[in-house]
Amino acid sequence: MSDPMLKVRDLKIGATIYPPGEKPRDIEIVHGVSFDLERGKVLGLIGESGAGKSTIGLASMAYGRGGVELTGGEVWVNGRDILKSRPGDIRALRGAEVTYVSQSAAASFNPAKKIMEQVIEAAVEQKKFSRRDAEERARVLFAKLGLPDPENIGDRYPHQVSGGQLQRCMTALALCPQPDLVVFDEPTTALDVTTQIDVLMAIKEAIKDTGVAALYITHDLAVVAQVSDDIMVLRMGEMVEYGPVDQIINAPQEDYTKALVSVRSIDHEEKAPTSEPVLKVEGISARYAGLAHDVLSNVSVELHPGQTLAVVGESGSGKSTLARVITGLLPQRSGQITFAGRALSPDLAGRSREDLRELQMIYQMADTAMNPRQTVGTIIGRPLEFYFGMKGAEKQKRIIELLDEIELGEKFIDRYPAELSGGQKQRVCIARALAAKPKLIICDEVTSALDPLVADGILKLLLNLQKVEDVAYLFITHDLATVRAISDTIAVMYQGNVQRYGSKTDVLSPPFDDYTDLLLSSVPHMRLGWLEEVVVNRKMQSGGN
Amino acid sequence: MHPVLTLVAQRFALGLLLLFAASALIFAGTMILPGDVAQSILGQSATPEALENLRRELGLNEPPLQRYFSWLFNAMQGDLGTALTNGRDIADSLSTRLGNTLFLAFWAAVVSVPLAIFLGLLAVRYKDRWPDKLISAVTLASISIPEFLIGYVLMYFVSVRLGWFPSVAMVNSSMSLFERLNAIALPIAVLTLVVLAHMMRMTRAAILNVMQSAYIETAELKGLSSFKVIYRHALPNAIAPIVNVVMLNMAYLVVGVVVVEVVFVYPGMGQYLVDHVSKRDVPVVQACGLIFAAVYICLNMIADIVSILANPRLRHPK
Repeated sequence: MSDPMLKVRDLKIGATIYPPGEKPRDIEIVHGVSFDLERGKVLGLIGESGAGKSTIGLASMAYGRGGVELTGGEVWVNGRDILKSRPGDIRALRGAEVTYVSQSAAASFNPAKKIMEQVIEAAVEQKKFSRRDAEERARVLFAKLGLPDPENIGDRYPHQVSGGQLQRCMTALALCPQPDLVVFDEPTTALDVTTQIDVLMAIKEAIKDTGVAALYITHDLAVVAQVSDDIMVLRMGEMVEYGPVDQIINAPQEDYTKALVSVRSIDHEEKAPTSEPVLKVEGISARYAGLAHDVLSNVSVELHPGQTLAVVGESGSGKSTLARVITGLLPQRSGQITFAGRALSPDLAGRSREDLRELQMIYQMADTAMNPRQTVGTIIGRPLEFYFGMKGAEKQKRIIELLDEIELGEKFIDRYPAELSGGQKQRVCIARALAAKPKLIICDEVTSALDPLVADGILKLLLNLQKVEDVAYLFITHDLATVRAISDTIAVMYQGNVQRYGSKTDVLSPPFDDYTDLLLSSVPHMRLGWLEEVVVNRKMQSGGN
Repeated sequence: MHPVLTLVAQRFALGLLLLFAASALIFAGTMILPGDVAQSILGQSATPEALENLRRELGLNEPPLQRYFSWLFNAMQGDLGTALTNGRDIADSLSTRLGNTLFLAFWAAVVSVPLAIFLGLLAVRYKDRWPDKLISAVTLASISIPEFLIGYVLMYFVSVRLGWFPSVAMVNSSMSLFERLNAIALPIAVLTLVVLAHMMRMTRAAILNVMQSAYIETAELKGLSSFKVIYRHALPNAIAPIVNVVMLNMAYLVVGVVVVEVVFVYPGMGQYLVDHVSKRDVPVVQACGLIFAAVYICLNMIADIVSILANPRLRHPK
């Protein structure tokens, strides 16, 4: 029997880290991983962030991102160990034998060049095809990947096509040089669920048609189950479990794999509406300056004290715009917002300090929502000073109370954001919002950037805090599992309209309108063959993407 | 209308407005200079009648606002007035001088801009290794030495000792292009050394900034050589900041060459301006100021417009 296309033996990868206030030191981030990949097969690499899955994927191209170094082991591609190859031979391998599809096609395409030029560049540069043949090949791939107008889409610039389309262009870019191996690094993570299905299907068919081998890297087990033959579960640079997809999904051996496979652990009973809503949005329409059409048209929703309203929809559906209108960042063109019994001024400048205090916000990117040069104590203490005039020991005491509430504790008070993990940062942002003693917190995709198990912890915390503080949440998300976990009422948004609105049970029970049906059916199930079923049964295509 | 056209038209209108404001400032600036022009022309021993006559002749008794607008109106028609000191038409004297200055600036730019960008690319390619450090050290050293010193040092070694190029950059209309270039070789070298560092370092910084982007990784994973990655994928996205610095330096080549012109006795605008400032010839100073302002504003406007055109999102809207 011939050698496998890709053979990895005892791969060790290291990096130099620069901890604040300490000497730089070398750490090992992948500790001896081995696997084989045959021609035409797909291996799924799965794990949380920090598991080393992207690093292993890039190692198959002898590439170390940033300061990452391949320190030991062997990586055999087509019968030669590329870790021992000369730089010129490695360049000849990249883009010819092994190609790469990144998580964010939007960032990975050069904004200054046309799509076609970038798709064929590797094939032409590596002399695998003439320019003309490569262009012809690209057009065939565009068509195969279901892109609109495959003849001409290559003449457009990256910003002129949607995110889902660009992700498919990236797949065409990887397949164009006719490689032996494609590394897919979270290729659908940045997409809406409805778009994800199309891209996933396109990738799966393209792999089947071209017979390439593929490494498929993702944190979403349900997604990888749809495309892989084998799965390797990774955790902190070590292999946890490695086996055929059927065994990993249906009969996982290790506890960690079982935790990944089991569905969300939160069970939240929906609450009935109480007397007076804390937030009443009536007939809101809004548009951005310079646009001729409304981004929101005639939106009406209500939110009761101590409850959660989930606003769900694809990107571009207007859900974040709704948050901007409620917070006063984008004054509405018409309609009325009533908050805590009083009419809110559409314009931020017209709102009282009390309005500002009672309406707080938590953002998707905790990283960018905090000043990196301030300690956790300063960040949480600021609203205490600003709204309540607290100082000295009184402020200190309250900061510690808040840190306890978010389950971090007093020892975090002097830390800087850079010293915290993603989940911890989001907890600090929650504490900062709570410090103002708000009646309503707007949560904008607060768990989208987090690993599933960490996100789970944040949602549990938010639910507990709601019980204690009686605060209402307006929860903006594209993730239906999160909606199910946390909401009391749900508003499904589609192209600036509220498509479906009501209690959680009502919204999530049939009969569905076509859009809600599409949205619900698009959430990946941890079941083999789910992808093919859902593509056959869909009633409508995703909007705009 | 295409959004880019709107933006470009806006820049253009802004440029005109700015030029108008600059002309007002120049006029006001020369107005508040102490002393009296008529007095300085006729000298201390002039009789009051003669002074009064000259003032009337020069229009110095008119209200300032009226003088400003008649000056501006004439300037727009190409009439910059006559020089007080020798009575010649300023536009005539200026045109050959301006031509010479632009000629020198043009060839200095032809040499220095591509060289600066190439050195910048090279510095990025060998970042933190010896070629990068050598380029930075040499260019920074050359910008730190006063230009007249570089001028004299070059003159001594290159023209006196080696005899390669003339030490005095005299040009006139009967010379062929080659003879002229030969004459201005040393001034070009000095100006290049002066403007190189600024442009080269901006190129390096702008490209290094872009090198962090994900699309650079994509290009590297296509197996492109480092230099191809830099000039094909990084440079097109770093155009805007580079063009801005290039234009600032080109403006310097036109308006800031006074010292070099004096050192090499080059018959350009700088020398003309210096001569007439010392003679308190206000109309000439105003005319030179106006032209320098126009050059500055024009080059910066071009930089703005190139930056707009370099952005594919503006050039090709959805």
